[in-house]
Amino acid sequence: MKKMLLATVATALTAGTAYAAAHSSETKIGVILGFTGPIESLTPMMADSAELALKEINESGNFLDGVTLGSVRADSTCVDSAAATAAAERLVTTDGVVAIMGADCSGVTGAVLSNVAVPNGIPMVSPSATSPGLSTAEDNGLFFRTAPSDARQGEVLSGILADKGITSVAVTYTNNDYGKGLSDSFISSFEASGGTVTLNAPHEDNKADYSAEIGALASAGGDLLVVLGYSDSGGKGMIQAALDTGAFDTFMMGDGMYGDALVAELGADMEDSFGAVPWSEGAGADAFKTITDAAGINGESSFTRESYDAAALIALAMMAGGEASSAAVKDNLLAVANGPGEEILPGELGKALQILKDGGEVDYVGATNVELIGPGEAAGSYRYYTIKGGAYETVDFR
Amino acid sequence: MEFLNGFVALANFVLIPGVAYGSQLALGALGVTLIYGILRFSNFAHGDTMAFGTMCTILVTWGLQGMGVSLGPLPTALLAIPFGILGCAALILFTDRVVYRFYRAQRVKPVIMVIVSMGVMFIYNGVTRFIIGTEDQNFADGERFLIGAREFRTLTGLDEGLAIRTTQGLTVVTAVIVVAVLFWFLNRTRTGKSMRAYSDNEDLALLSGINPERVVMVTWLIVAALATIAGVLYGLDKSFKPFTYFQLLLPIFAAAIVGGLGSPLGAIAGGFVIAFSEVAITYAWKKVLGYWMPESLAPDSLVQLMSTDYKFAVSFVILLIVLLFRPTGLFRGKSV
Repeated sequence: MKKMLLATVATALTAGTAYAAAHSSETKIGVILGFTGPIESLTPMMADSAELALKEINESGNFLDGVTLGSVRADSTCVDSAAATAAAERLVTTDGVVAIMGADCSGVTGAVLSNVAVPNGIPMVSPSATSPGLSTAEDNGLFFRTAPSDARQGEVLSGILADKGITSVAVTYTNNDYGKGLSDSFISSFEASGGTVTLNAPHEDNKADYSAEIGALASAGGDLLVVLGYSDSGGKGMIQAALDTGAFDTFMMGDGMYGDALVAELGADMEDSFGAVPWSEGAGADAFKTITDAAGINGESSFTRESYDAAALIALAMMAGGEASSAAVKDNLLAVANGPGEEILPGELGKALQILKDGGEVDYVGATNVELIGPGEAAGSYRYYTIKGGAYETVDFR
Repeated sequence: MEFLNGFVALANFVLIPGVAYGSQLALGALGVTLIYGILRFSNFAHGDTMAFGTMCTILVTWGLQGMGVSLGPLPTALLAIPFGILGCAALILFTDRVVYRFYRAQRVKPVIMVIVSMGVMFIYNGVTRFIIGTEDQNFADGERFLIGAREFRTLTGLDEGLAIRTTQGLTVVTAVIVVAVLFWFLNRTRTGKSMRAYSDNEDLALLSGINPERVVMVTWLIVAALATIAGVLYGLDKSFKPFTYFQLLLPIFAAAIVGGLGSPLGAIAGGFVIAFSEVAITYAWKKVLGYWMPESLAPDSLVQLMSTDYKFAVSFVILLIVLLFRPTGLFRGKSV
């Protein structure tokens, strides 16, 4: 009796799945972000934003006939290339994803790209890998990013210093592909414009103590300390240690240092510090805020906009190619991201799908004014801010 | 004046941070060394035990702050530490009951216990993050500085500032008190003596009527107290983030091994050796020498022995050298 019951249940289950499969098939997109590790406090919001875009696509009902998009999350760890590669390998071979939204940190992104994406022909759209090295990586046209390369950020940062008339700075960067790339591009741009870097010292993230680094930087001197790290990790530790010992009072910060928690805790002591962060203003950003507020997601966190855009671009490229396949994403992503065509804001994905269905063209603007240049990376606009009275204040956009 | 300026710079960037960081490591290493000495395995879960104890303390601290309780210039967290220790002790004793006791009864090899403790580490890791989240938590209140850098400059008229944080002072004072109490306990009380007897020879101790389960329990209780105190002091001084506590494990183990695993005195010495090797050897002497040398000889370069990238390498080279010449550590602990 027991056996028969089991058999019945098993048959019912198989029948159920078969039934579902006949009516709609689910195409999977991998979401590989560092859910554990140094940026684990940012990634949940990034993944939520990406999945929000997929949800919007599914709910519009306009996507390729009967196909729905599902997401499979995997952990990139941000720092461990081997773990990230294994996770991505799992996404491709076991879960059968056709495209990857991710990875997040530049080092693991490069590893996943060369070890998994290129051999398997899976396109990747990273929301936050900004290392200049990725622009020239061997990618067979499979790699895109909605975040701008740090080569541009280095120019922006040195431009801000030039405007302020500061010519001597100490630099500290987080010791990984992102920090090294950004510090190299900043320093070459800064020195080309006549500035001096007194010392360029790396720091490791999440270490117990930063006294040694601050001691060396304080000895080297400089008008201010340029911190190119992560706001909830080593970068914050460095600023804290510098403030505590009185080594530096003013800081210039790279994009990884932008975070509400940082100013909430240290803002009062960082008066007149400043920095730049990829930012977008205007209709796209406002529309994104509206839909994230409605969905109960924190859309103000770092790289949430880029994540939403990355996922949306993957889906629109599939629609433009007429099939939910890797090749469709690879071939059509640039076309849907750039003009000509109807401009698409966050929350209008359903409309975009309809236009593509009718044979029209779209120019995805998204939350970050997406404009992909060169090898498929965002051109990027930066917000130059200063800290006044313990809060961020926008100076201008550049 | 010049000499004083140089000395103040050195104190501000090397001596004070080194002493405070050394005390933090020493407290952590004491816990590791006690477990190694008495229970005979390297407890990889120690960093996350510290995180869990600190988390309990933070939750109680927030409660106290909510009720308007405060210690004035001292952080409220000090009041909450006993509750944190209770929470941590409950977790550890529970773990011992359901995990370690099973393996102890089988008298497994220490290496198996080490792997078991790694499993426990991952579970603690998850539990802590599940309850309090992965983000930085700030729970320090009261006065941040005993004396701030700017204050010091106006007070003394020197060019260099000297900053001493309340938490740095607290850490050193607490470390001294805790170590004194621990030594008194181990050397003077009946329970302490029975713990040392158990550590020296388990079977003989059993024959002389010492109850091993009681020794184990007392050890875990002391470890819970040490871990919580070390974790809270560290969290007050820097900040609380579960991932950082996990990373603390490495310098703590280095400290315990340099000093000699199983030797409490060694753990303390090891803590300071590791802390100073990280902070002092990579120090750039430009500023200090600029004050101390005559104008004409003042260095242009940084006068840095090696870049700060190598600070971890330095502490591990010291570890290697010590183990080569004294395999049991500076204070004759047990060989690894």
